[in-house]
Amino acid sequence: MVFQNCWVLHSMSAAISIKQISKNYGALQALDAVSLEIQPGEFFGLLGPNGAGKTTLISILAGLVTADKGHASIMGADVQSHFRDARRSLGVVPQELVFDPFFTVRETLQFQSGYFGIQNNDAWIDEIMANLDLTSKADSNMRSLSGGMKRRVLVAQALVHRPPVIILDEPTAGVDVELRQSLWQFISRLNQDGHTIVLTTHYLEEAEALCQRIAMLKQGKIVALDTTANLLSRYGSVKKDGEGKTDLEDVFVNIMSGNAL
Amino acid sequence: MKNPPIQYGSGFPTLLRKEVKRFYKVGFQTVAAPVLTAVLYLMIFGHVLEGREMYGRFTYTAFLIPGLVMMSLLQNAFANTSSSLIQSKVTGNLVFVLLAPLSHFEFYAAYILAAVFRGVVVGLGVFLITAWISPPALEYPLWILTFAFLGAAILGSLGLIAGIWADKYDQLAAFQNFIIMPATMLSGVFYSIHSLPPAWQVVSHFNPFFYMIDGFRYGFFGVSDISPWNSLAIVLCFFVAVSVVALRMLQTGYKLRY
Repeated sequence: MVFQNCWVLHSMSAAISIKQISKNYGALQALDAVSLEIQPGEFFGLLGPNGAGKTTLISILAGLVTADKGHASIMGADVQSHFRDARRSLGVVPQELVFDPFFTVRETLQFQSGYFGIQNNDAWIDEIMANLDLTSKADSNMRSLSGGMKRRVLVAQALVHRPPVIILDEPTAGVDVELRQSLWQFISRLNQDGHTIVLTTHYLEEAEALCQRIAMLKQGKIVALDTTANLLSRYGSVKKDGEGKTDLEDVFVNIMSGNAL
Repeated sequence: MKNPPIQYGSGFPTLLRKEVKRFYKVGFQTVAAPVLTAVLYLMIFGHVLEGREMYGRFTYTAFLIPGLVMMSLLQNAFANTSSSLIQSKVTGNLVFVLLAPLSHFEFYAAYILAAVFRGVVVGLGVFLITAWISPPALEYPLWILTFAFLGAAILGSLGLIAGIWADKYDQLAAFQNFIIMPATMLSGVFYSIHSLPPAWQVVSHFNPFFYMIDGFRYGFFGVSDISPWNSLAIVLCFFVAVSVVALRMLQTGYKLRY
């Protein structure tokens, strides 16, 4: 599955560029001058405890939240001033398990494709459904699907307009092991095909296995940004398993507690 | 797999189709039920006030039909946008529309045209059934269509404003029951304002719904409480005002984008 359209046009740009983004909700500072660049083709992890600002950052990239300060762009298109290009380049899998109870899986995907101005997209929709094992549920109403199936539809909706950049906001929260594994196989394949993947998750072993580079957010600031290998070697401590190994959970705890800084 | 280049168009037609399909899928609730309610109004009030003449030459039942058609049309246009938005907000699925590259004009046009479509379908249903009971006059069909479209577009816009503003179903119900319903019921659906005491006639002139129904009724009878041109001017101004408010809310992302 290769989506080879708009990102070729912007191949010189960073997939995601975030410059000095700040956002306040009243007295709460959700993001504090966050800057970050993610290159095309990266598998990038955005980690942090609850309330660190991950979803706010994703929402700013998706145009769901407006930053108080700073700029963000997707494949070179500013998310505010060139919102059409930015949103066409971006697929977002939301954290919440949301769906429209009026429609079937196929209708849901056809509508989502149409919102992006893409008509007659049935061949692509069929391919996405086949890849996500949704074909047998194509004509089922969304209400009748299990939580795992609804999660697959969310992923399918994010891919229906063939975006070069895909953001998954805790896609495996509350998902059984089988679906998690098949989902990661599918997402890894998309990444191998050239797609930029940004992932937030609380399952740190997933992030360690999948992400080439990781940013850690704490109270609206980036407190660590490096390759996964470098983070493990710099911030890991000798581990509890007695074999001297460290893992990302260990690194995460050290960074968040301030021990490593 | 090799993909052909993507041809991007506007998301507006799909959003319009989705909004129409949403009410079509529950047609008993969204179309048949309001038609039945209007027919019951006609049967009860037509029977109770039988023998009364309006404008000196029309039976009360004939007079009532355009008012009931317009009332049903207005209330259902309001219900379409307001219920769609509040449901999408409460369940969270509005995010799928917000993630798409739709401008505030496309968003507005799709929701309002779907509201107009539902309003006209319900109004037509009421008209066809009540016309079978008492065939009405159709003096100026163009006036009928003009006021039907503008009335539905205004109420669709008000529904959009209410649906965006309301955070909970009871806030929307308050908007509907304490603003839309009284303004509609007291707009001359069931009476000519000339039958009211002078003070209430003056009050009625501050109700924009009065002009929608009076102008609409003019299209049926060629007779109205005030000139249809005056009604058209006032209704147009009201349409522009509510559209500006609705578009501004969408453009700024009021209660939609934070």
